[in-house]
Amino acid sequence: MSGLRASSAIAGAAESDLGAVAGGMRPVDLMVQASMRALADCGLTLGDVDGLFSATTQLPMAPLNLAQELGIRPRYTDATNVGGSSFMFHVDHARAAIAAGLCEVALIAYGSTQRLVGRSSASVQELDPWETPYRPVMPVTAYALAAARHMHEFGTTRRQLAEVAVSARAWAQRNPAAWSREPLSIDDVLGARMVADPLTVRDCCLVTDGGAAIVVTSAERAAALRRPPVLVLGAGEAHSHRHITGMGDLTRTAASESGARAFAEAGLAPADVDCVQLYDAFTITPILFLEDLGFCAKGDGGPFVSGGRTAPGGVLPMNTNGGGLSYCHPGMYGLLGIVEAVRQLRGEAGERQVPACEVAVAHGNGGVLSSQATLVLGTAGTA
Amino acid sequence: MPDATDEPRSPAAIYAAHCRAGRLAYPAAPDGTPVWPPSLVVPGTGEPVRWLQSAGRGTVYTTTALHARDAEPRNVAIVELDEGYRMMARVDGVAADAVEIGARVSVRFGDPDESGARLPYFALEPGA
Repeated sequence: MSGLRASSAIAGAAESDLGAVAGGMRPVDLMVQASMRALADCGLTLGDVDGLFSATTQLPMAPLNLAQELGIRPRYTDATNVGGSSFMFHVDHARAAIAAGLCEVALIAYGSTQRLVGRSSASVQELDPWETPYRPVMPVTAYALAAARHMHEFGTTRRQLAEVAVSARAWAQRNPAAWSREPLSIDDVLGARMVADPLTVRDCCLVTDGGAAIVVTSAERAAALRRPPVLVLGAGEAHSHRHITGMGDLTRTAASESGARAFAEAGLAPADVDCVQLYDAFTITPILFLEDLGFCAKGDGGPFVSGGRTAPGGVLPMNTNGGGLSYCHPGMYGLLGIVEAVRQLRGEAGERQVPACEVAVAHGNGGVLSSQATLVLGTAGTA
Repeated sequence: MPDATDEPRSPAAIYAAHCRAGRLAYPAAPDGTPVWPPSLVVPGTGEPVRWLQSAGRGTVYTTTALHARDAEPRNVAIVELDEGYRMMARVDGVAADAVEIGARVSVRFGDPDESGARLPYFALEPGA
């Protein structure tokens, strides 16, 4: 046990503009927007921020850009970039820094204009001598290869994959900020344009602009701020490979390691969780994470999501903002999942509010199922 | 650009030199356990790898067909070689979306490109 359980809390949380942002907006503009909103959310000011955590595909030195714009001189900085899960890593690192006295108020921010500038120019494609010659369109090829293998080993069906997209859409219809809100059926998903067999365009996340920010501080300080604190009960991080051919078994992710660490620290189990935000870059990913985090046995993720069991009214509310599939996906989605978990735990999720939500999981994925990080978050009563 | 007369040093150059000669090679631990993707050292121990030659036969571990708006679907697969490693590849000679997991395949080499490089790909084994 690290001694960090419930030592820190998320005190402020906010989105930047989402979807298709105004012409000329830079990634750092969205970070600035979200940062000021997150600080206003908790009643802190720029002068309080002494720890800065940021990453985006478009800015390799993101905290430097953000600090310049905000005019702050943080005494602790972390630019960890391991893809879309980076912000769960940031929370894990921020709470350690806070507990060690290296900073008191950590600002974690993200912004992306990938829709505005085009996805290919928003992300550097690494060249690899053993993969690039086969022209795998990344990341979708990697996820299609994992989905195909999961179907082969466990009998997972395309309809079951589609259930994930349909569930996300049903939640998005309750979220005014969601990008895609028109009705979506399983047949719509199956009949959509094929991208990488077995994934159609409706099995793939959106390509939008967007950003977010959260403020993390000690649980003690957070309790005195204006919003209900969201405690970090447990956090776990892990990574297993960079290239999909380095993964080994494509149906087993390092979420089994990050999740086990986070739940052990929290002293909780999947059965204690009221809602989950699981990075849904593609419909296969939440299925893998439900299995690897222990919500169901390996191979049972397809049946687990079937029949609307993760949709509104289902047994396990999942991706309640509509997720990367229907709400917003600027390329590194993880921070937006944390923001949604915060809103659910505060009881401010409006039409999509999960009743009596006291424990939430926000799980991030980065690269090609490469980096995994799990946060178990709770209300003040769960300390 | 690698020169065939140079003694190759990098994993990429060693691999490419074997490919130019029509051989599928892979790095391995001292006990012969394959290392893939290639590296200078054995993951976990840091020992230098040695390069071995694969027989070039294997099984499709997983496969996808990539669909572009204005082109025929094309295949990308991961092939598990009989020596026990899994490499990215393409399976040719059959429709991109008709490649099946578990199918037996064997390696082929493309014609040299303008730099002399030859890309390994796979074909279904006859009768498979």
